[in-house]
Amino acid sequence: MSVLSSPPSAGATGYRPSRTLPIWAEVRRQASRRRTQGALGFMVLLPLIVLVAFAFGGNGDDESEGSAFGSLVDLATSGGLNFALFCLAVSAGFLLVVVVALFCGDPVASEAGWGSLRYLLAIPVPRARLLAVKLIVALLYSLAALLTLTVTALIAGTIRYGWHPLGSSVAAEIPPGQGLLRILGVAGYLAVSMLIVAGIAFLLTVLTDAPLAAVGGAVMLWILSSILDQITALGGIRNILPTHYSDAWMGLLSTPAQVDDLVKGAIAAICYATVCWSLAFWRFTRKDVTS
Amino acid sequence: MSWSSRLPRLTRSRVIAGAVVLVLVAGLVGWAAWPESRDWTSEDQMITVPTGPGGSGSVSLDTRLYLPKDHDDKVPAVLLAHGFGGTKESVSDDAESLAGRGYAVLTWTAQGFGRSGGQIHLDSPDYEVRDAQGLLDWLAARKEIRTDATGDPRVGVVGGSYGGALALMLAAQDPRVDAIVPSITWNDLSNVFLQQSASTEATGVFKKGWAGVFFGNGGSDASSEALANPACGRFAADICAAYLQVATTGVPDQKTLDLLRKSSPAPVLSKIKAPTLLVQGEVDTLFPLSEADANAKGIAAAGTPVRVAWFTGGHDGGAGPQTDQDRVKFLTVQWLDHYVKGEGDKPSDSFTYSRVAGFSALDRGLVTNGYSTDAYPGLGGTGSTQISLQGSAQPIANPPNGNPGALSSLPGTGGRLSTLLAGVAADIPGQFAAFDSGPLPEAVDVAGAPAVRLRAASPTGEATLFVKLYDVDQQGAETLSAGLIAPVRLTGLPSSISEAEPVTVTLPAIVRQIDKGHSVRVVVATTDQAFLSPTEPATYTVAVEPALTLPTVVGEPIANPQTVWRYVLAGLLLAIALGLAVVLLMRRRRLRRQHTPTELEYADTPLVVKGLRKAYGDGFVAVEEISFTVERGQVVGLLGPNGAGKTTTLRVLMGLTMPTAGEALVFGHRLVPGSPVLSRVGALVEGPGFMPHMTGWENLQAYWKATGRPVEDAHFDEALAIAGLGDSVHRRTRKYSHGMRQRLAIAQAMLGLPELLVLDEPTDGLDPPQIAEMRRVLKRYATDGRAVLVSSHLLAEVEQTCTHAVVVNKGRIVASGPVEDIVGESPSVQIEVSDVPAASRVLSDLGVRSVTPDGPSGLIVDVNGTPRSEVIASLVRAGVDVDRVVPRRRLEDAFLALVGESSAGSGDR
Repeated sequence: MSVLSSPPSAGATGYRPSRTLPIWAEVRRQASRRRTQGALGFMVLLPLIVLVAFAFGGNGDDESEGSAFGSLVDLATSGGLNFALFCLAVSAGFLLVVVVALFCGDPVASEAGWGSLRYLLAIPVPRARLLAVKLIVALLYSLAALLTLTVTALIAGTIRYGWHPLGSSVAAEIPPGQGLLRILGVAGYLAVSMLIVAGIAFLLTVLTDAPLAAVGGAVMLWILSSILDQITALGGIRNILPTHYSDAWMGLLSTPAQVDDLVKGAIAAICYATVCWSLAFWRFTRKDVTS
Repeated sequence: MSWSSRLPRLTRSRVIAGAVVLVLVAGLVGWAAWPESRDWTSEDQMITVPTGPGGSGSVSLDTRLYLPKDHDDKVPAVLLAHGFGGTKESVSDDAESLAGRGYAVLTWTAQGFGRSGGQIHLDSPDYEVRDAQGLLDWLAARKEIRTDATGDPRVGVVGGSYGGALALMLAAQDPRVDAIVPSITWNDLSNVFLQQSASTEATGVFKKGWAGVFFGNGGSDASSEALANPACGRFAADICAAYLQVATTGVPDQKTLDLLRKSSPAPVLSKIKAPTLLVQGEVDTLFPLSEADANAKGIAAAGTPVRVAWFTGGHDGGAGPQTDQDRVKFLTVQWLDHYVKGEGDKPSDSFTYSRVAGFSALDRGLVTNGYSTDAYPGLGGTGSTQISLQGSAQPIANPPNGNPGALSSLPGTGGRLSTLLAGVAADIPGQFAAFDSGPLPEAVDVAGAPAVRLRAASPTGEATLFVKLYDVDQQGAETLSAGLIAPVRLTGLPSSISEAEPVTVTLPAIVRQIDKGHSVRVVVATTDQAFLSPTEPATYTVAVEPALTLPTVVGEPIANPQTVWRYVLAGLLLAIALGLAVVLLMRRRRLRRQHTPTELEYADTPLVVKGLRKAYGDGFVAVEEISFTVERGQVVGLLGPNGAGKTTTLRVLMGLTMPTAGEALVFGHRLVPGSPVLSRVGALVEGPGFMPHMTGWENLQAYWKATGRPVEDAHFDEALAIAGLGDSVHRRTRKYSHGMRQRLAIAQAMLGLPELLVLDEPTDGLDPPQIAEMRRVLKRYATDGRAVLVSSHLLAEVEQTCTHAVVVNKGRIVASGPVEDIVGESPSVQIEVSDVPAASRVLSDLGVRSVTPDGPSGLIVDVNGTPRSEVIASLVRAGVDVDRVVPRRRLEDAFLALVGESSAGSGDR
């Protein structure tokens, strides 16, 4: 066999499909982008802006309808835990959705837009591996954004308002240690529910060459679902809307924590994400890359 | 441009995908909008029944009979009564549900309401109850209804509030009733509207808030003909007079008391023989749990089976959370099925209740946990906790007319569970005395009526007081459970507190967990907006004995059906993990196969393209059929006009596009997307592609990192030398010119010195010196066993760079071979002369193969081996002036002809 000049492996020396596009390389590819830095930076900035707004805003007399959310506003300045909870609550509806859609809707479409996608595929990075690495890194960045927000809000809130029990109008106060776990639980549930956004955005980023279309499409679908969820006339259909369980984290504020809706929300999120990601892989491993 | 050209073309896959989406959406909408198939029928009719004392009069009732659709035999019946102010329509949901379970359900609008005639007599035995007896007669006469005896239908009576009391009183008055399910109803109206929570004989405090709501509901029927008396509306004269009397003074006369007693089940409980399921609400300031407790005791005393259930709802709390509604519905159906239909086991005696467990974010409501105990413990609980209160005797003021008044509940607003539990309670300074416990060392599960002993002194000898129990959290926020308070009216009081005798005040029964660390506060107030307090101002002195008794019940939690979702979640995660593992295993197996050369004979040939064809989904054929070979040491030019299919061929070679037919072999490996052998190929296809936010250097680095290969194999220095970007390599690529990008892209393609280099229009954007340099680089590159494939639409480029050329047009190869062969000199020569006919003659004599005129002064001569110098010399000797001699090349002939004829028709390939 020594007559054969080609190496035993089909690829070039040192080439192993499983070593292409290491996760760390993809992290670095994304890290130097303004978009990434801006999104993560804003996660640090937001709690500080809210903090300043509370400091200068004085005591507003907005009547807060006695709703659970109203009480979150009232209680936001009662301690670091409540401040972090408030920051998570105000971000959950839109900001986090946009950030996650940005991280998950951009990576493949932007490479396609730059024309660098075909060179990655010609290395060759196996298509499934390319997609898997892109997905993992996008999820890591999304998680990093969520954690940055939570930790910044916790630290800033605790420095400003002190380390106090987690209060809410729906249940007894929760002592700080357990309250911290609850806040992390809220962040964890938000992370799970954001899998739906991640799923839709990632499917779109595979289907289109325009990053804006993928990010905007995911956010718009989310908003559409939120609007439909408000229409009670839809009845049972609402239960399968992606946003139906997006507020279920509030169940973690009561004592004992109400986890039934969280479980259902997690099931919905995992189903949506799995279906979207499966479609994305199915499509990407078969399509002609023409950009 | 017509609009239709902008629409996506209809292809098979698009049509299928569109159809699938359409069917899914249509199915979803249809499923939601499809009317539920009814398994019952209904008929409306006015039924005239005897009414009044002795059945002397008659009244026409607006009724609706629901019958199960498929019933073979006669079916048992349910008489379903509505609440105060409602009509038969208000119970239609329950009626439909029961009809669906195989019951004939008769609903009707009680007299004095809706389209029924008559007046409101407050469930009087002579009127409303007698009406219902008439309906039983009517039911017994219907052929569909099962009967126990002639004129005795098999029937259960179900109803809430006004309808609940009717069920109780009908069962007491008519032995034909087989079972009853009265919910959120009263035991004794005189105690309800004149509530007395102290152990004394004095008349209670008038519950003006609820009485007003009640009276308003009955009088507000503008459509009725009974508006002749605006003060009374459709109330019967005696009821109206009684209301006006008690509402004015707050103290009922005997006639009023008699009337209220007559409209109550309390006096007739012992006559009830029908098994009774009592459902009462924990959030009900109108008919608190004590009413059901009294009913339960009264009925049980007669030996009749009684079962009690509490739910988190009521006249203030509404229907309650879904879990509670489900539980009540289950209990009701179980009760009726056994005692009326005769199906199912005998229901147990267990007592079920629910406690608020938290807040549901989705329904914006409360979440409750259900509990069960073996037997109904009453309001005293199965155990009790003693808590000691602190606080000395305090003076409190009663303001004139009870204004301003403290707020505890909002009668008649109904259904605002969360509002009530969030606490609307407010006490007015100066009007209340508070007695606090210390923080509780352990959480207490209160279920039942707490009791305290109260001492009061009054200068008038009388006092109207309101005793409340607050749950106070660590921050001092106080919550009044369900808005329930205990009104107390004491008479014969001394003027000095030291002489006052203690009386026991039984607070309203509640179900609540008072958390560890919370404290309990007992407040004694002089006013409450829900009750009528004395008009005269006075100052009382009150003291509460230290001992507070909290009844407790330890119930078995009722399994929450929602927990099944946790197993679903676990199963889902497991299924996904398994699926992922299977997919990964299959992929690994497939990847391993790709390492073996598929055709060993080509194992040392950089590139073999065989019969390649690419047709796109919309029918466009970019490559018809292309076959060629690139051997080691060759620089092969893929030459063709724009749109000839060059780029598509290269895309297939890079694994970006799948060929429709044919194959490309790189070192014997068939190319599929992601073939490992592609790592031995460097490529520039369709222009450069760089990340604009990185510098050229960083882009090269990032690219090489993505290959996962060792840094020392990259040969960055050589690549950078080829790029020749100098310091610009450290600028961001977004600022690069087209040529700079092109050079960087060629450098990237050469990273790692791949054995086969594929370059698509490499000189695009380069200036002439750079083009010359590039030619040298490429020629040198192929010398040590490597190969280069260059595509170009420029003949000169291929001619000067390549060793071999493949000419393609319209997706087919028109010529191929070594450049020397096809680009080399052709046997023909183009000559421009001054005298064409003379030249032709001379040339014919020379023995050339052919002479063809070419323009006014040109000739194309196939010299047939005759040296060109000799041809020219002959012409000159013959006196013909020769302006120009151009050697012709074969490739040029072919290529120019191709371009000339095809450029109009070629699309962008």
